[in-house]
Amino acid sequence: MGMEREVARDLLAKVRRQGATEADLLIVETDSSTTQVRLRDIESLKSAQERRLHLRVMFGKSAAATSTSDFSMRALDHLVDETCTLARATAADEYLGLPNPESIVASVPDLALFDEEAQGLAVEEKIALVKQAEAAALDYDPRITNSEGAGLDTHSSQIVYANTHGFVGEYRTSSFTLTVSPIADAGGAMQRDSWYAVSRRFKHLEAPEVIGTTAAKRALRRLGARKVPTQEAAVVFDPEMAASLLRTLAGAVSGTSIYRGSSFLLNRLGQQVAADTVTIIDDGTIPGALGSRPFDGEGLPTQRTIVVEHGVLQSYLLDTYCARRLGMTSTGNAARDASGISVGASNLYLVPGTSTPAEIIASVKSGLYLTELIGFGVNLVTGDYSRGAVGLWIENGELAYPVEEITIAGNLNEMLGHIEMVGNDLTFRGRTAAPTLKIARMTIAGN
Amino acid sequence: MMTDTSLTPQRFFAEKFGIAKESLGRILGGVLGKAADDGDIYFEYLVGESISLEDGVVKKASKSISQGAGVRAIAEARTGYGYSDDITIENLALAARTAHAIAADTQKSGAVAVGQPASSPHDLYPVQTFPTDVPAEAKIDLLLQIDRIARAYDPRISKVFASLGSTQKIILIATAEGLVVGDILPLVRLSVSCIAEDGSNRQTGTHGGGGRFEFASLLEGNRYERFAREAARQAIVNLDAVAAPAGYLDVVLGPGWPGILLHEAIGHGLEGDFNRKQVSAFSGRIGEQVAAPSVTVVDDGTLPGRRGSLNVDDEGTPTGRTVLIENGILRGYLQDRLNARLMGMPLTGNGRRESYAHIPMPRMTNTFMLPGESDPEEILRSVKHGLYAVSFGGGQVDITNGKFVFSASEAYLIEDGKVTRPVKGATLIGNGPDVLTRVSMVGNDLRLDEGVGTCGKDGQSVPVGVGLPTIRVDGMTVGGTQR
Repeated sequence: MGMEREVARDLLAKVRRQGATEADLLIVETDSSTTQVRLRDIESLKSAQERRLHLRVMFGKSAAATSTSDFSMRALDHLVDETCTLARATAADEYLGLPNPESIVASVPDLALFDEEAQGLAVEEKIALVKQAEAAALDYDPRITNSEGAGLDTHSSQIVYANTHGFVGEYRTSSFTLTVSPIADAGGAMQRDSWYAVSRRFKHLEAPEVIGTTAAKRALRRLGARKVPTQEAAVVFDPEMAASLLRTLAGAVSGTSIYRGSSFLLNRLGQQVAADTVTIIDDGTIPGALGSRPFDGEGLPTQRTIVVEHGVLQSYLLDTYCARRLGMTSTGNAARDASGISVGASNLYLVPGTSTPAEIIASVKSGLYLTELIGFGVNLVTGDYSRGAVGLWIENGELAYPVEEITIAGNLNEMLGHIEMVGNDLTFRGRTAAPTLKIARMTIAGN
Repeated sequence: MMTDTSLTPQRFFAEKFGIAKESLGRILGGVLGKAADDGDIYFEYLVGESISLEDGVVKKASKSISQGAGVRAIAEARTGYGYSDDITIENLALAARTAHAIAADTQKSGAVAVGQPASSPHDLYPVQTFPTDVPAEAKIDLLLQIDRIARAYDPRISKVFASLGSTQKIILIATAEGLVVGDILPLVRLSVSCIAEDGSNRQTGTHGGGGRFEFASLLEGNRYERFAREAARQAIVNLDAVAAPAGYLDVVLGPGWPGILLHEAIGHGLEGDFNRKQVSAFSGRIGEQVAAPSVTVVDDGTLPGRRGSLNVDDEGTPTGRTVLIENGILRGYLQDRLNARLMGMPLTGNGRRESYAHIPMPRMTNTFMLPGESDPEEILRSVKHGLYAVSFGGGQVDITNGKFVFSASEAYLIEDGKVTRPVKGATLIGNGPDVLTRVSMVGNDLRLDEGVGTCGKDGQSVPVGVGLPTIRVDGMTVGGTQR
């Protein structure tokens, strides 16, 4: 880690010597591995060490961002030159700049994002775990006849951030993802599904048998799926699909979409945008959670932001640039990639309600229990929503039969307003989480 | 800046990283012990640049450099892969050990005689100046012109976003046969997106294009002006869009980018890996009728300058033209080395990878349907009540059950053979193995897309192309809201 700090200091000094007024950089060093098993045999093993530097340089109010995986002295010198040349070529933007020095995180909290214990995980142990998970799926039912495999991905990263305010901060993270994708077959008609667990701590991963059998059950319940007639009906989003809806929403409340005028939630702050059963929170400070970090991509502390409270839009998600443009304050949601800074949600979740999933399903006379969405048919500017859907048909309050090759469509404004029931089953499985949700009506297209 | 056109991948990697043929041979020899069937070393150096415009000015510019090398060993269906972004002999040897772990019970090691460079039969993207070598000022000027053209199209155009992305990728592959194959790949892409506003009605339009050619090609035939006007036009058209229909309708797809239908409905399902594993809805169906007799679909990586084209694939195999469907009959799969070997089928030059951090897989290049005989106007006239879709956003497919979607971003109602009102975007859903059996008319107007496609598979993104003549599909489910 000492070496990264040195590289950081050295580069910022070089940038200053070229006349830059402000600059910041992020160095991410990652060790990763992938262990893939298919039909009880190893399919692939992959391991890697990677290191990447992201540099942002400002000349007054003009900026440029660069990134490199080449850490040779010559390459870094060249990068500084190129970044400065690019920054001088771009137009000024009065809102650009580092956050104010006093807003930078004062001390870096330990959010328990790194699993020291799991660093020495042996390849054999990983293979055994993945085999166990896949075997649980393959052995669950004779109709599980094939597999797209099972895999374990491990990542551990060291992140160093430094800026010309003199701040240098660092932290470590790890993550472990176990996935199983079995295939069920009934008379030649195949269905694939999958299930997964993801955690910052290896020991906190759900048992491989649970992941495998859940994946098998999910594939099996899709066998014999059919289309339904075109109609308007209630749609119950299972927690995974409810989380997908939330991810869509994250794009619409991003400060970038707002200042660009490309969100259906433009100018809606303080207004009712969803049913009053809906409260949505973004919280980057939850210890051990996958979306947590001690500071954001520009060194600001992460925080808990109430985005929607009882249906009323309370806040957008902002980095420093968007906040300045909109006359607001950053919510600590700056993310960083090769093209510079962007806005990203941290742990985004919908606060659970009181209904059990069973009660929600029981409330539907005829409708869709949605378990998978395919395609990208969402227009954030207008809120128009139209996507391929897979699920189970609900008849008289019970899951009756699987359905596929249908679409669900509506407008996000109306969909959010029609969230009639919110489940009590919130579980974090990834950075975005939501309980079971019932939308009173959407258009379902089929036969 | 001038581009050094005498640059070869061999010289580039030798000079930059000082890695000699002999060390490559030793590492490959170590990987290819007696238990390994195949293996390679892949080197990559990529420069990427993105310049973007909003608010009428260019204030965002970024550049990135990625370099790395990976060593792969294959034993039967097992793959071992190690890679590092720090290209040294020590790291290559370390990567080789990871790779070789899958062929555990071999002691033998030796050396592969890494010989003379092999050359591709193709030279599909010769350029004088790489897009990444063109000074930022020229690109900024182009983006500013686009802003003016789009705004001039209609006063209701309230926002214009435009971005220009350029990359230069240098690759070198040392194969198990001892061949050293390299390529230098330019890629440029211009994207324009507009927001039109009329009172509280806000709509978007997008257009763009590019390919493996010079930056200057974007200026030829005023290509960039057309992109700007098209994005503006689409946003203005969408201001009048009514709710899209919901239900099972006859659909006419316009030429060009709607070829994404082929990519999703059949292309992925014909990739070798899914078929070797018998997990595709097309598994074991070669020789069967899967489309109307008027339908012939090919994947062709050899079209000069196209976004999906490659001189060689990422395993060093020269690209080619593969007939996927011929007169409605399923003919072939798309292969990489591993799957071709295990299936006993010929290589097709479709082994592709996103970068050195990824293992190659069978992927599409440029996938399109050959033209038929119908006049496009006649195809539209033939439909009593249906949807005419001319532009699309993305698509997706479930390989195993064959269900696929693609989402229209510009579409119109067809009423009594006439194109009438624009409708809002809607997702179309169908079943890959039977949708092409309902193609009842194929137009004579084959067009390839403008060069915007990026295909994602298993977390890997690669640039691709598609193409289609105007076609009529007798019945697809259209996911609108209007019943």
